[in-house]
Amino acid sequence: MCESCPIVDWEHELPTVRYFTATKVDAEMTEHIVWFDRYEPAHKPFVGGKNASLGEMMMAELPVPPGFAVTTVAYDQIWQDAQLVTQVNDLLRAIDHDDHAGNRVISDQIRTLIEAAPIPPEVADDVRQAYAALCTHCGIDDVPVAVRSSATAEDMPDASFAGQQDTFLWIVGADAVLENLRKCWSSIFTDRAIAYRHSMGYLHQSIAMSVGIQKMIDPISSGVAFTLNPTNGDRSQVAIDASWGLGEAVVSGEVTPDNFLVDKVLREVIERKISDKGVEYCLTDDGVVEKLEVTGARRKRPAVTDDDLTAIAILARRAEKHYGCPQDVEWALDKHLPPGENVVMLQSRPETVWSQKPKTPITTDGYDPMKSIVSTLMTPLNNKTD
Amino acid sequence: MNNSFPSPFEIEGPDGVEGWEELYPYSSSFSEYRKDYEDNRFWFWDSMHWGKALTPWDATFMEAALAALSQMNSRHYRIPPADGVDFRILYGYAFLSPVGVDPSQIEARVPQFMERAGHYFGNWDSLYDNWLNKVKTTIEEIESINFDPLPEMEDLEVITGGSAIGSGATLMSEYNRFKDLIMQAWQFHFEFLNLGYAAYLDFFGFCKEAFPSIPDLGIAKMVAGVEVDLFRPNEELKKLAQKAVDLGVARNFDDPDNVTLDGEGGAQWQAAWDEAKDPWFNFTSGNGFYHFDKIWVENPDIPYTFIRDYIARIEAGEDISRPIDAIREERDRVVSEYRDLLGSDEDREAFDGKLGLARVVFPYVENHNFYIEHWTMSVVWRKLKELGATLEKDGLLASADDLLFIRRDEVNEVLWDYYANWAVNAPTASAAHWGPIIDRRRAIHAKLDGWQAPKALGAPPEVITEPFTIMLWGITSESVNNWLGSDGDAENELTGMAASPGTVEGVARIINSPEEVNDLQQDEILVAPITAPSWAPVFPKIQACVTDIGGMMSHAAIVCREYGVPAVTGTGFGTDKIKTGDRIRVDGSSGKVTIL
Repeated sequence: MCESCPIVDWEHELPTVRYFTATKVDAEMTEHIVWFDRYEPAHKPFVGGKNASLGEMMMAELPVPPGFAVTTVAYDQIWQDAQLVTQVNDLLRAIDHDDHAGNRVISDQIRTLIEAAPIPPEVADDVRQAYAALCTHCGIDDVPVAVRSSATAEDMPDASFAGQQDTFLWIVGADAVLENLRKCWSSIFTDRAIAYRHSMGYLHQSIAMSVGIQKMIDPISSGVAFTLNPTNGDRSQVAIDASWGLGEAVVSGEVTPDNFLVDKVLREVIERKISDKGVEYCLTDDGVVEKLEVTGARRKRPAVTDDDLTAIAILARRAEKHYGCPQDVEWALDKHLPPGENVVMLQSRPETVWSQKPKTPITTDGYDPMKSIVSTLMTPLNNKTD
Repeated sequence: MNNSFPSPFEIEGPDGVEGWEELYPYSSSFSEYRKDYEDNRFWFWDSMHWGKALTPWDATFMEAALAALSQMNSRHYRIPPADGVDFRILYGYAFLSPVGVDPSQIEARVPQFMERAGHYFGNWDSLYDNWLNKVKTTIEEIESINFDPLPEMEDLEVITGGSAIGSGATLMSEYNRFKDLIMQAWQFHFEFLNLGYAAYLDFFGFCKEAFPSIPDLGIAKMVAGVEVDLFRPNEELKKLAQKAVDLGVARNFDDPDNVTLDGEGGAQWQAAWDEAKDPWFNFTSGNGFYHFDKIWVENPDIPYTFIRDYIARIEAGEDISRPIDAIREERDRVVSEYRDLLGSDEDREAFDGKLGLARVVFPYVENHNFYIEHWTMSVVWRKLKELGATLEKDGLLASADDLLFIRRDEVNEVLWDYYANWAVNAPTASAAHWGPIIDRRRAIHAKLDGWQAPKALGAPPEVITEPFTIMLWGITSESVNNWLGSDGDAENELTGMAASPGTVEGVARIINSPEEVNDLQQDEILVAPITAPSWAPVFPKIQACVTDIGGMMSHAAIVCREYGVPAVTGTGFGTDKIKTGDRIRVDGSSGKVTIL
């Protein structure tokens, strides 16, 4: 048992634990489900950062694939099972933080317990109903969805480390959704997450898990967009990376994506670098992600059209306007949506490099037309531009 | 890579042009007198305005223009770092060289400039109204010049009025008045232009600082006027095409070389034409600087052809009207979005101020071209032809257009001969004296005209700083390096200014002169040394436009943006590298042209 670890009171605190103080929300939260398109900022503590961000994007009228969050209220329900609480606490007590291999075994045991425990019936019913509604909305029976953990943590700067973020793609049918919902819940207790909380001195119960259930998209191509020019911080451009298939090939560094610069205002592509894109990750009909070789002319063909780029740039700009600061956006072109409406956005977060640099104002001493013209004439134009 | 262009003294012209210098004033030639000065300068061929070998008379307008431009910089407004743009004629072609101010003198000129330019910026609108009046008066005065043949006998009024001044003396003074009015018109041409560019560049520089990668086009879009006199001739053509359809005379234009207008409808259409033509069809197919430029009022087959094409579009159900509201809305959108992206309220204030000033000055920048290059020059060329016809009729010259090969100041000698021998009633010497000279000059000129002038001469400066050179000619340190071949464009690629956005692929057609404009087929890509505003009616037909020379504010750039046609200007070698029939890709957003 670990003397310094602040989990010792887990057993006693858990049944009454309040993850969030009442001051953060206007009303007591009781809902198990929050649809992304009905998201309100007051929901944030109950849906976690990732789901909140999708809800916020919907509020900004950004084309996010439809879906809903299973709230932390639902997650709390699993700890109504006193036997489960006791078993988890017994295992946590047995942890020796210097024994990494042993801890993995304990982590697996905890996760197995959570995944084997029956989902409280009122939660399961709500999730089944919501999934059915999503299927109706999409016009597809058993619509394939992505199931993602969206951890939420009080007073913690980085909830994504404190709780492991698991994502399960191409989940089909209500039973499979429920199964993966439990996997997301249990991912709070991965060995890495346990160790991280230990090293940071965080309480295990300070983490709660919301889970996002979102219509799966099947991308022709995907990529990221920065709402500024990363080479010089010019805010009037959007830099867009694009590659075939899912984003994995670019994330893993196996492919150099096409790179474009689009003027936000003129809505024109002003620079383009087309790369040789040798591989792509695609979803097979069974929903398995598969790495494929890109062949023939497609390798060196742009992964997006100019119209796509303009649409992505307009949406990225919309996100930037909504959030009030430069954004780093993940986007994809969905195969199953008609051209012109097929750009979807998966994530939008603040751009960090240029946004943190203090912006030097151009006009510092008030605007004097004649002085300004003289200075323009005296300073050779070429010395001013880059 | 070379780091210098050949010296003007090393250039070998075409064979058989010995004595070519006599076609032009000695002050415009490279010579031993100023060799040190000339050899240490950078000269570029202004093919944008003077792409063909100049005749002696054509040279007049180049010299008048450059002297007036220079004088406004150096003597009127005291532009602190820039004096004039020097000019020379080498084997018939105009070479220009921006002249900077001695650095030690720059500071002293600042208060002078602030006072003088400040007066103009502060009173721009009233000065511009006054300018329009002055120019119209000047045009009327040129129109009023009398180059009629000398009479057999003076009118009785000369006797009864007691004036004693005869038609011969009057003709000589009318000719001098003609030359003076030409100089006057060119003073007016540059009265506001340099200041207009300065205000534009101030806004331009600000935008480049705020948005380092902003395309020049974005800046031009914010400043460009919506209703511009330069577009009026083309708008009048559209109205006349609509009128022809409405009046049921559309078929009369099927053969533009043989348009007859009869009946009630024809008469009404003719009345509409007569109303539009003055002044709007004093519009030349070229840039107004050359005697061979075709003026619409004198060559109605040109506007009739355009009208025929517009009629076809109207009959096909197309809306050919200019979407003024949409253009204005788009301009407002672009302005407000860039403005929103600025970092501070102080920057927004400066942005508003600079854009405001640029917009005050810009109508002049856009419109002067119609009033001087088109309208004034149409009248000037008409008058010169009248004088030539008079001299031919009375046997001073073998043919009217011999006059083009006599330098403007030599013409005074011809007129003296005319006057004196009219007075004496004796034979003139001019035809015999000038005959062989003109034959020789014509032969030389024909050879010069077939010669390819070098892009540039002498040693380029480290950086090109003269603002007007950058703004108007699009000559920057970059483009000069391009000419020197250091940029290493691939064999099938050309780089120029991204002048009007969009990317298209299509078949190229090289158009070297205005006469060839109507050869353009639907959806071809126009490739030309430079285009003229009067080519506007063919722009709906073409997919894209590529020019050898010209900046963001060159006519091609303005017209292409107006018509939403992708354009790359200032490629340097477009008409050399591309052949008619080549498949090319024009990317007007990045300024790249690729031969496929």
